[in-house]
Amino acid sequence: MSKVLLLFAHPSQDRSEINRPLFKEAKKIAGVTAVDLYAEYPSFRINVDREQQRLREHQVVIFMFPLYWYSTPAILKEWQDLVLEYGFAYGSEGKELQGKTFLCSLTAGGAASAYRKGGYNHYQIWELLRPLEQTANLTGMHYLPPFALFGSRTAVDEGRLPEHIQHWRSLLEALVSDSLAIEHVAPNELLNHQLEQIIKEGA
Amino acid sequence: MTLYFLQALIYLCAAVIAVPLAKRLGLGSVLGYLIAGVFIGPIAGLVGAETNDIQHFAEFGVVMMLFLVGLELEPKMLWEMRSRLIGLGGLQVSLTTLAVMGIAMLLGQSWTISLAIGLIFALSSTAIVLQTFNEKGLGKTEGGGGAFSVLLFQDIAVIPILALLPLLALPELVEAAAHGAEHLAEHHEELSLVAGLPAWAYALVVIASVVLVVVGGHFLTRPLLTYVASAGLREIFTAAALGLVIGIAALMSLVGLSPALGTFLAGVVLANSEFRHELESNIEPFKGLLMGLFFITVGAGVDFGILFSSLGTILGLSLGLMLIKILILLALTPAFKLQGTDRWLFALSLAQAGEFGFVLLSYSVQQNVLPVELTQTLSLAVAISMFLTPALFILYDKLIVPRYEQTENEREADEIEETGTVIVAGIGRFGQIVNRFLVANGVNTVVLDHQAGQVDLMRRINIKSYFGDATNPDLLHTAGIEQAKLMVVAIDDHARVNQVVEYVKHAYPHVKVMARAYDRGHAYELRRLGADFVVTEAYYSALELGGQALSSLGYHPFKSEQLKNAFDQVEKDNRDTLYQSWLNATEDNRFTPHYRELFMQMELLLGDAMKVDRADKHSMTERGWTPPPKDYLDDFKDPQDT
Ligand SMILES: Cc1cc2nc3c(=O)[nH]c(=O)nc-3n(C[C@H](O)[C@H](O)[C@H](O)COP(=O)(O)O)c2cc1C
Repeated sequence: MSKVLLLFAHPSQDRSEINRPLFKEAKKIAGVTAVDLYAEYPSFRINVDREQQRLREHQVVIFMFPLYWYSTPAILKEWQDLVLEYGFAYGSEGKELQGKTFLCSLTAGGAASAYRKGGYNHYQIWELLRPLEQTANLTGMHYLPPFALFGSRTAVDEGRLPEHIQHWRSLLEALVSDSLAIEHVAPNELLNHQLEQIIKEGA
Repeated sequence: MTLYFLQALIYLCAAVIAVPLAKRLGLGSVLGYLIAGVFIGPIAGLVGAETNDIQHFAEFGVVMMLFLVGLELEPKMLWEMRSRLIGLGGLQVSLTTLAVMGIAMLLGQSWTISLAIGLIFALSSTAIVLQTFNEKGLGKTEGGGGAFSVLLFQDIAVIPILALLPLLALPELVEAAAHGAEHLAEHHEELSLVAGLPAWAYALVVIASVVLVVVGGHFLTRPLLTYVASAGLREIFTAAALGLVIGIAALMSLVGLSPALGTFLAGVVLANSEFRHELESNIEPFKGLLMGLFFITVGAGVDFGILFSSLGTILGLSLGLMLIKILILLALTPAFKLQGTDRWLFALSLAQAGEFGFVLLSYSVQQNVLPVELTQTLSLAVAISMFLTPALFILYDKLIVPRYEQTENEREADEIEETGTVIVAGIGRFGQIVNRFLVANGVNTVVLDHQAGQVDLMRRINIKSYFGDATNPDLLHTAGIEQAKLMVVAIDDHARVNQVVEYVKHAYPHVKVMARAYDRGHAYELRRLGADFVVTEAYYSALELGGQALSSLGYHPFKSEQLKNAFDQVEKDNRDTLYQSWLNATEDNRFTPHYRELFMQMELLLGDAMKVDRADKHSMTERGWTPPPKDYLDDFKDPQDT
């Protein structure tokens, strides 16, 4: 059994078509602590002690967000700047995050095909997420490739949401029940595209 | 005198015992009154012939009820629901009347009698149905809304029916009545302004009085009520409200019109006024008592002899009537898009005959439309159909709802809930800002203030507000506290705020109460009384000004913002401890040395929180974005370096 900390950042949820249902689904799963950062800190006054305590109590950390300018919405950056303190997350004494698992669950407006060399977004999504990957590395967390949905603005109309939600469910359940074969995860492939290979049988 | 006391005692006791009992059994108060009446009348024989006189007196409750119905009818709201009101309501009343009339004629009654019965049976019981909706929270459903439109139409239809019935009078009954009345005539001359006037003059007088009610209601009552309200005495306002209703009733009877019609008109005229809720809450108890009395007398008048000798007929009448009404209501639903559970709720809830049935029956006897013996049977049929109504609601709950639940649950739940009404008490400096903010965001608010002048001012700038004392439970009731989601208490009078908060949290624990406090001590009091959220009125504005002051002194604006937040955080962190200390202290000296000590401690913490970091002790504002120590690179050696 692992406890999963889901840190969700979306500043305009009344217009969200993908992240809101995903978050709602996550709240139903036992073992997942679902935190709506913009709701908890509407004026960005993040409570550092509380957030650090939460991190201590969980083994898996997920950032969940819509991709904004190839990065996270502002509050997740603020959260990193405030919570990942020297002596807590890094430095010779800062070992609180070591051994945890980290991943991003994101939605991007751009099409999957645009995120490649020569596409109009030029870089692959894991390249763009390098700062987060390196933050995980530096703090001793095991980094997993993102769980991502591209073309998010048309996903509902095209009927792609139900399947995505289903994948999301199985991923979270696998994380909670420790049945994800982390050693078999291919680094340069979306997590949602390799679930069948990496979720252990019988789980 | 003693006799009156005893009689009053009997009626009151019967009501006090039977009504709560009936409510507990899910039967509703109307049935409770009827049962009480049956008990003290035919069963125990405690009351006798005088019930008839009392019934006439109690009928004044109907006049008041129509005044209240009028008050509820804002012209705008009427307009919005016009299609359902006229379509659903009109069709229900006319089709049911025709069906019942047809059957009565088949059973051998004359057409006038049949029409009267049809009209009387077409009406349903506003009192029972609305009360049950309230108790079960069904008023907001589509079916409940449809039923409300029909009830409203029926309530309004009573007025033309009252006008129509005398035209159906039976010549032989009129004659008999005239005989009986002859020798009474000299003692009992009806007071009238219009006796002996020629027809054209009579018409003029009638028109003039209606105009008087409408124009006077619009232009005279408001200054009058403002004047009365400024005296600040509640009982005088009550007197004025009663005077208004009685005055109009008197005027109408003097010119030979229905008093109910007059008060109804006056009600509609006043529906838009700021005094609406206050008038309602003042008249409501009188109406309630009188209607209760009326139902008791109906119960007391039940003749068991008739009931048992023609039990079959009476039961047949009730069940037949309910069946007809249900079928007609069901037939109407498709055209008005009522489906699923709503369709059944609509049809089943309106199946009974109603309290207006009793009123119209006794009126029909007075007007010689129906013979007494027939009305006794019909009365019993009406009563039985009302007795059966709770059974229909149980049927709805137990059979209909489960059948549809399956299908309806599959629908995705709506994300944005319907925002319930917010009641804002006090529309002074504080309440205005809260209210403007809420209204600008499309939240429904009902604004109350006990200063007529203030309400006037607000109305002039188009803020819908009502005159009334929010500490008065009746007023809160008419303002809709039962359905409200939350209440904002922004009254400036310390004692009143406490009174409102205490009452609302006690009587309606589900309503969130947000209150503004005068100062720290007041905030603690409100917290103890159960307020869900308390803000001290000057706190945030003072802090805002403090922040501006720092910025003007040269602090970086972002730094001032952080310092403000730090200050606020220390306040919040210490709130519970200070409150506990205050709570544990004695009533007369809340701010004990212990409290003062705690307060001083907080001041010290504040100092710490504000200071820039000295000797690497991080202050509160420095906690964020803390840079790593200068030598931290020693921790990180590149792999190739080692
Ligand atoms: C400020 C902003 C910046 C955005 N930047 C990007 C971007 O860099 N790349 C991209 O693919 N989509 C971008 N988008 C589109 C969002 O990713 C998209 O609206 C979101 O994934 C929809 O998810 P939702 O339905 O849960 O809101 C941006 C949207 C906003 C509002």
